[in-house]
Amino acid sequence: MNTSVADRLAATGTANALELRGVTRMFGALAALSDINLTVKPGERRAVLGSNGAGKTTLFNCITGDFPPTSGTIRLFGEDVTSFPPYERIRRGLRRTYQISLLFTGLSVVDNVYLACRGVSRHRFSLFRPRRDDALMASALDLVEAVHLTEARETMVSDLSYGQQRQLEVALALAGAPRFVLFDEPAAGLSPTERRELIEILTGLPSHMGYIIIEHDMDVALRVSESVTMMHNGRIFKEGKPAEIENDPEVQALYLGGGDG
Amino acid sequence: MAVTDLPRGLTQERPRGTWVERIPVAYWVVGVILVLMPLLANDFILYQVFGWAFILGMIALSLMFLAGYGGMVSLVQMSVAGMAGYMVAIFGTSAIDTISLGWAWYVAIPVAILVAVIFGTLAGALAVRTEGIYTIMITLAIASAFFYFTRQNYIIFNGFSGFNGVLPPQLFGVDWREAVPFYYLTLFWAFVAYCAVLYVSRAPFGLALQGVRDNPRRMRALGFNVTAHRIAAYSFAAAIAGVAGILLTWQSAQISPGTAGVGPVIDILIIAVVGGLRHPVGPFIGALIYVVLSTFAIDILVGLGLGAERFRLLIGLGFLLIVFFSPDGVLGLYRQWRESRRRDPLAGGDGP
Repeated sequence: MNTSVADRLAATGTANALELRGVTRMFGALAALSDINLTVKPGERRAVLGSNGAGKTTLFNCITGDFPPTSGTIRLFGEDVTSFPPYERIRRGLRRTYQISLLFTGLSVVDNVYLACRGVSRHRFSLFRPRRDDALMASALDLVEAVHLTEARETMVSDLSYGQQRQLEVALALAGAPRFVLFDEPAAGLSPTERRELIEILTGLPSHMGYIIIEHDMDVALRVSESVTMMHNGRIFKEGKPAEIENDPEVQALYLGGGDG
Repeated sequence: MAVTDLPRGLTQERPRGTWVERIPVAYWVVGVILVLMPLLANDFILYQVFGWAFILGMIALSLMFLAGYGGMVSLVQMSVAGMAGYMVAIFGTSAIDTISLGWAWYVAIPVAILVAVIFGTLAGALAVRTEGIYTIMITLAIASAFFYFTRQNYIIFNGFSGFNGVLPPQLFGVDWREAVPFYYLTLFWAFVAYCAVLYVSRAPFGLALQGVRDNPRRMRALGFNVTAHRIAAYSFAAAIAGVAGILLTWQSAQISPGTAGVGPVIDILIIAVVGGLRHPVGPFIGALIYVVLSTFAIDILVGLGLGAERFRLLIGLGFLLIVFFSPDGVLGLYRQWRESRRRDPLAGGDGP
């Protein structure tokens, strides 16, 4: 039996939502992530900023296990999940969206969300169709409504507009009972109206649900997060409150184009 | 439509009414014709054409389930059917009584299907880690290995000659190898397999399988164990192929390595593709075309003064024509025809 401090903290529910220690990811000789240490408390909402190639999406891929880190440990609510396959991490309350929508284009909107609900519940292998009053079906329809897709619920995903696909992408990540969500540029390519709706969805999430959001649009990022991590060349460059980061001269020179651009 | 109707089941705008009322008229017509077929057709047609077509259709259906819903083209389905046929000969009774164990049918048949499912599952477990052309290659390799193993192993599989005298049980005092009983036996199991695939395709398992086909990475990120799901699909398909394999063995009263040789393995793929991989009815259409061609092509060829052994030429030509005009097989041709009829010739687009 393992009785480390971290496991006992996990049992009492006081552990950090996410804890990365020395996470490094190599692609050949290139260090996409080097020695990342990151701690996110339960319910905390954090934005990750950085230019293209800073390692933001690689960070997400390591956290969800889409590909494992070369070295370092990842703890999710105190539990060491470094060697877990993605689906085991998802079943522990982690969720993510993808920068480029990864949806089931051959299925309808509601089937997509139903699959997401089914994935984090029991009877994934059930050979029996859900009944009319199926609880998962009801929660799938609630989610479809939450992302304003009720009108299009029977539409094939391949027939959805780009913005609707982005909304569905968010719905898939909110299925079941998420405890921590990774949003990878959810606002990319959305119209101003759709952006406002997205901000409403994010700020309206229950307060125990923390998330990390990668977002290039500073306007969105700073409105939906209470802390900011700046990344640069696979390293964490700065951490702080949104206002501090916005006004930091180094950050401005590097990212916000405040200097000579 | 009012929001209070929800939830109505999964996808698809369905008309109201009970599930019986929702079945299209065409299905009722086909169903009634199939049930009344013994009044219309002679024994040869019932036994050699329809009986065989239902059996091959079921094996092709198991491939359609894997390929159409799971995106996995498995060439091992005929071997799984062959395995079930061998097992029913080995555990049950056959003319080779030095090998056959002579167990009662109610033990031998479930054990045969169980062994076939285990075989299909193991083949699946090997194949699911590959994609596309490599899945085809590895399942073809397993099918070839099964063919050569059964041909060379005399202790269990009785080598080259296999087993003859494998007969169905005389259940309810009926000789199930008579034309009419055999017709209804195969029709019944083909119907059960068809309904099972149709039903499961909308159940959580089938939906998840289609999700795996469309986007395995996202399925993992939704909490699904993609590998386990794919292997389970092979198990489900193997159960269908296993039942068909036993019927196939009863039909000719024998099973030998040639039953699941490379030729029949490819024939199953042809049947499924010619019929159409998008809907479970496709494999049965493909099987009927294949059986009719291979049964009557010989007569046509002989009538034209050509060699009877060239009937595969006709099948090949038919296959080429259908795939050339419609990648979705006969079902795709039907869909094209229906859409062209619906189009308004003057205004274009959909008619009234």
